[in-house]
Amino acid sequence: MTHCLIEHEWAAVVGLEIHAQISSKSKLFSGSQVHFAAPPNSLVSFFDASLPGTLPVLNRRCVEAAVMTGLALNCRINKKSLFDRKHYFYADLPAGYQITQQRLPIAVNGSLVYSFCAGKNRSQVINKTARVKQIQLEQDSGKSLHDDLRSQTLIDLNRAGVGLLEVVLEPDMSCGEEAATAVRELQLILQALGTSQANMAEGQLRVDANISVHHPGEPLGVRTEVKNLNSARFLAKAIDYEIQRQINELENGGEILNETRSFDSKLGCTIPMRDKEGKQDYRFMPEPNLPPLLLYDTESLPAGADPQQVIDIDRIREQLPELPSVTREKLVQQYGMLPEHSFTLLNEVGLLEFFQNVMKETRAEPKKVTSWVLNTLLGFLKQQNLAVSESPVTPSALAELLNLLDRKAISSSAAKQVFEELWRNEGKTPAQIVSEKKLELMQDQEALEQLCHAVMEGHPQVVMDVKKGNPRAINKLIGLVRKATLSRADPTVIKEILEKKLAS
Amino acid sequence: MQFDQSKCSVLKGFVTIKDGCAHVVPAAAVDLYFCSVSPGPCGGRLSTRTMLGRTLREVSAALKQGHITPTELCQKCLSIIKKTKFLNAYITVSEEVALKQAEESEKRYKKGHSLGDLDGIPIAVKDNFSTSGIETTCASNMLRGKGYVPPYNATVVQKLLDQGALLMGKTNLDEFAMGSGSTDGVFGPVKNPWSYSKQYREKRKQKSHCENEDSNWLITGGSSGGSAAAVSAFTCFAALGSDTGGSTRNPAAHCGLVGLKPSYGLVSRHGLIPLVNSMDVPGILTRCVDDAAIVLGVLAGHDPKDSTTIQDPVKPFVLPSLTDVSKLCIGIPKEYLTPELSSEVRSLWSKAANLFESEGAKVIEVSLPHTSYSIVCYHVLCTSEVASNMARFDGLEYGHRCDIDVSTEAMYAATRREGFNDVVRGRILSGNFFLLKENYENYFVKAQKVRRLIANDFVTVFNSGVDVLLTPTTLSEAVPYTEFIKEDNRTRSAQDDIFTQAANMAGLPAVSVPMALSNQGLPIGLQFIGRAFCDQELLTIAKWFEKQVQFPVIQLQELMDDCSSVFENEKLASVSLKQ
Repeated sequence: MTHCLIEHEWAAVVGLEIHAQISSKSKLFSGSQVHFAAPPNSLVSFFDASLPGTLPVLNRRCVEAAVMTGLALNCRINKKSLFDRKHYFYADLPAGYQITQQRLPIAVNGSLVYSFCAGKNRSQVINKTARVKQIQLEQDSGKSLHDDLRSQTLIDLNRAGVGLLEVVLEPDMSCGEEAATAVRELQLILQALGTSQANMAEGQLRVDANISVHHPGEPLGVRTEVKNLNSARFLAKAIDYEIQRQINELENGGEILNETRSFDSKLGCTIPMRDKEGKQDYRFMPEPNLPPLLLYDTESLPAGADPQQVIDIDRIREQLPELPSVTREKLVQQYGMLPEHSFTLLNEVGLLEFFQNVMKETRAEPKKVTSWVLNTLLGFLKQQNLAVSESPVTPSALAELLNLLDRKAISSSAAKQVFEELWRNEGKTPAQIVSEKKLELMQDQEALEQLCHAVMEGHPQVVMDVKKGNPRAINKLIGLVRKATLSRADPTVIKEILEKKLAS
Repeated sequence: MQFDQSKCSVLKGFVTIKDGCAHVVPAAAVDLYFCSVSPGPCGGRLSTRTMLGRTLREVSAALKQGHITPTELCQKCLSIIKKTKFLNAYITVSEEVALKQAEESEKRYKKGHSLGDLDGIPIAVKDNFSTSGIETTCASNMLRGKGYVPPYNATVVQKLLDQGALLMGKTNLDEFAMGSGSTDGVFGPVKNPWSYSKQYREKRKQKSHCENEDSNWLITGGSSGGSAAAVSAFTCFAALGSDTGGSTRNPAAHCGLVGLKPSYGLVSRHGLIPLVNSMDVPGILTRCVDDAAIVLGVLAGHDPKDSTTIQDPVKPFVLPSLTDVSKLCIGIPKEYLTPELSSEVRSLWSKAANLFESEGAKVIEVSLPHTSYSIVCYHVLCTSEVASNMARFDGLEYGHRCDIDVSTEAMYAATRREGFNDVVRGRILSGNFFLLKENYENYFVKAQKVRRLIANDFVTVFNSGVDVLLTPTTLSEAVPYTEFIKEDNRTRSAQDDIFTQAANMAGLPAVSVPMALSNQGLPIGLQFIGRAFCDQELLTIAKWFEKQVQFPVIQLQELMDDCSSVFENEKLASVSLKQ
């Protein structure tokens, strides 16, 4: 990652605060449902609207999601954690405070290992670690929609009170790409756990970055916070812009203000945010309506405890699914896949599953399957901006196609043609397409020999060239024969026949 | 350890009062209308008027036996509510709701399917409990402005309704329950029914003849003064108050009622518009201890909507009648003997201690060493939580909203300035000051630490074998309104909560029981504080005490029968009542 060393005399330090919406049926402290894009204010309980007298009741599912995420990120799970109120006035925060875990969060001291490919062919895998400072449970706010034309603000409280996991990463990253890769890995982990859908486009994963630059060996510089990095694309861009801005500022004798900035994706730069209340003092206070959150392990589980009333950390540990890093390693070992291919398979939602389903139904070499999935299928998907789940070619169809190729029933180029037909999605199987389009390879050795003979007869000059020792001349003959077979013959077979005939 | 008078400085003051300056009016002398009498010898129906002076338990029995119907009872209470409107006890009278409920109850009684002791019993609820479909104001412009009508019932309200109780209305209070007089609400002060009692009036006549009678009405105490006045003036048989620092016990003491603050966590707070979440408890105001126990039996127990309620099931209970107190140990905390304590209260306290001792109980002086820090810490914690809890009143989702719309911030500021009174705004300001990052450790955290020490004081005392603590509830009897408002709300609250707030700090059950009338003919109550979640034991002792002291029934005959003069003079006061 050479480009991470921005200027050799400067080093950048990047820490992240990542908010992931917990994937749960109901909100963190109320029974309201959680849905993206529901009609405004249709998922609001009395508590969510902060009607006086309502009280928070902790959602068990959200706690389990936090514990599971903590375990997956190698955190220490606090057997006792506390809830606090963080106060600020904002229109989409009905109670005037957010319930969060400031003093004693549910999980602390973990690590997030993320890797990327580097080197000439990007075949070298580099592992990096960002320390996880803490994971805390907290409430999401509602949404404010500013209508500048009518100069009014509309409030939608559907999101108010949805459970969030705030994952705080220590400033262990040094550039936009590292940060983006770490976020991507966290996203994959959350998705593998099922604790968050972590879809950035739907706001289920939101990132704030703390950024500073300094000379190596000297104390860290003043940091700025770039808020609301809500797209994977802009995350790296914004961070790199901000690093460069700070360097330029300092090199021109300026100073960095400890401020909050936002990224303007149109202009491609960060700009200072208008502070809502000037310098904020959140006036943290313990949440008096929620007793301490107590968790147990097999050892500390009280005898005869109602399993509905207690959470056993060890039981959640047993339920941990395979994590993305393990999956990638398995792919490399099991299929002899290149590491970068394993990354690509996991990075595209649903692609790994697609690959595995093809593998189940085909005898084709894993490498061949990998190549078709990563090059052909993914290429087509990207071209039309489709998700894997929207692919018109099913894993079974691709598997059948690869089987035809594998037993040399069709040529590679015919296979491409079949794939294109499949993509059009007219309900035909690969076999039907092959037979309709007469794409089978010519298996009749005698007919092929006759064709070769005829081509040689018709092109004495080329034959002469071959005999004179021009090695490329034979390719011309092969091409001519293939043309005569309407590309239905295997070029290697043609070459064999031609060589035999030329040698005689 | 045997109680030794010579060593106990506090108890030296407890000289037995010989003459009984606080008159225990013999039952026979009490006006017949309001006296507890058994059904007449001829077995005929009792008049509803006779019923009104009775306890909840008695009237419940009368309902079951068909001596009276729920509708009759309801109508009688409604008529008294109208007659006593000048007391300003109610903010909203839910006449239609109550009559409808009475009708339903009557049907059940006819079928013989009564829901229990509370079926058909008129009750009142402090106007800081959410009542579905009935306006809830907290005596504040913030909620009154737009007529806030909660879409749900507080759990305690729901439980009462599920038992067939008749909701007569919502009672007056200090704005958001911040006060100790029931004088600082937007609907004006509540008047103590004892101001109009025969007992008080006669004493006053003896003293002075020239004073204007009606300008000298007394405060009820607070902040649940409306609920206290409502029960005391026979408009209902029980009322819900809330108790954060003494708001149920204080008016109970001033109005001659039993005021129970249950253990924190025994009764759900869901739907109670909070003052201080960590100290608020729904309180119960009744005319006798048994009644409080009946209501507590209905309200107690886990509520899935309030995570701070106990998980263990609460068994229904009937208070036993204690006959032998010789195994009891009564603690007298020496720190409660403060210089501000009136000599009359002090004498009665001493008399009560002697009463227990003479009946064989062990009475010992105990120490709660951190008592003197309690009120200060209470104020830091109270205002901090107030600042937080009041943040939701911003004019957006419900309640008052100002006309200013230049910016959201300007709208918040004006809404909150217009919606809250000085007391509320003052507490919000101090609370936010204590919560500032630079002050948090020095104020909030310290106050919490002292709170723990205060709670530990109680634990130590109870672990030493003390069953209950006996203390005064208030410094003195109720004072006239004109006297009360000479001091500001903050000073008053600090004085009036002095004996009561420690039980809230420690989460302990406490009950004020009326003991006797003062020289002026006004009620004085004493407080029992029990072990956490030993509410039943506490009430059992309180019941024994109640039986011994035979506190007189308020005599309001004059008020009820011939209140025309009173009404004339009170016209102005009733204008402030919400129509």
